[in-house]
Amino acid sequence: MRYMIAQSAKAASAALAEEPGNARVLAGGTDLLVQMKAGNLRVDLVVDIKKIPGIRSITAEAGGLRIGAAVAGSELGEHAGVCAMGPGVVEAARLIGSTQVQGRCTMVGNLCNGSPAGDSVPALVAAAAVVRVEGPEGSRDCPVLDIPAGPGRTTLKKGEIITSVFLPARPERSGDAYLRFIPRTEMDIAVASAAVNLTLDAGGTVTAARVALGAVAPKVVLVDAAARAIIGTKLDDAALAALAAACEAACTPIDDKRGTIAFRTSTAGVLARRAAQIAYARAGGSK
Amino acid sequence: MKSLHVSTTINGDPVEFICDPDEPLLDVLRNRLHLTGAKEGCGTGDCGACSVTVNGRLVCSCLVLGAEVDGAVITTIEGMADGDQLHPLQRAFIDGAAFQCGVCTPGILVAAKALLEKNPDPTDEEVRYWLAGNLCRCTGYDKIIAAVQVAAAEMRGA
Repeated sequence: MRYMIAQSAKAASAALAEEPGNARVLAGGTDLLVQMKAGNLRVDLVVDIKKIPGIRSITAEAGGLRIGAAVAGSELGEHAGVCAMGPGVVEAARLIGSTQVQGRCTMVGNLCNGSPAGDSVPALVAAAAVVRVEGPEGSRDCPVLDIPAGPGRTTLKKGEIITSVFLPARPERSGDAYLRFIPRTEMDIAVASAAVNLTLDAGGTVTAARVALGAVAPKVVLVDAAARAIIGTKLDDAALAALAAACEAACTPIDDKRGTIAFRTSTAGVLARRAAQIAYARAGGSK
Repeated sequence: MKSLHVSTTINGDPVEFICDPDEPLLDVLRNRLHLTGAKEGCGTGDCGACSVTVNGRLVCSCLVLGAEVDGAVITTIEGMADGDQLHPLQRAFIDGAAFQCGVCTPGILVAAKALLEKNPDPTDEEVRYWLAGNLCRCTGYDKIIAAVQVAAAEMRGA
């Protein structure tokens, strides 16, 4: 294996594109190094992207925030701007692993690892986050939703790397939240999860919403029907029931030792309902 | 595999080493620098026995490559005591019998020190969450939490 420190996104992209063997990006390494050690991943080239200028910074842009691909979970949690703008995104990212893992893990790594259960992914999708991709053909922006292709796979082409994730500006009276179910209180992988991002009018009626589910399909699911179920409502019981039903209908989970199909499906509905209530309260809505 | 030359600072001392590109920092510390305080429990970032700080950030040294720490500032358990003078956390762990086999102890001490630098007056719950990535199979954790609180109180008073 060779180790390379990329000094620019272009250099990283070129190295990844030119490598005839298996090349991987190293940011936090909390998935990559585990996979390498497990012996199920033979890597010929590791490209460390942490020295690329700007890749570890969080900057304001067009009313939103651009978060560098190598910003660690703990750094995200310490950034007042991100916490204020996307508490649901931060709480999702902060659920990944232990304190030690938080010191290294990144949201972009969570996304590129391709796990259907990645915690930050539904929250980013609900936030309508967009990643910036640097590749052999230049730079492009892509919704987070379009990056996962299935378990362990992404739509990124050879030589493409994600350099940042952009959280777009949100109107006044917006709120988001992320919840997951795990059988204990810490250090586990979601059995089912839900993220809700919504905006209210001055009267407390939901005017816009995005609902995303994790760990209940081969990749993150954006449930338009669930958003429609709460738009135009004040999140009354009927709207919440319709939201949960729409979420359940969108689930196509696996059946395994961590959760049955039936359990994952009903849990996703419950979590979406609770996340919607938290997001509603964060948006300033009262019931 | 081409060996890499790395310059770093460990516990305040400049240190240079040669390592393989895929060699974890933990293996560098233990096998090349003979700093064997950090332990390999799992090697996959689950147990926290290899905890160190890199540029002030608590990490599992098994999930960091030696090659990555060029120019970085590292602290390990070996840098915790001041000569013969134990750190309050170390004394509290001895006085409170907060360990049995001791394999997890260096990692827990490093992690607890990082917590108290950030939050000098944590609740028990905050200590438990902070140390959730430090597994101990002997004590049942109660004495560990109590010892951290004893040290925290002493350090606040000092």
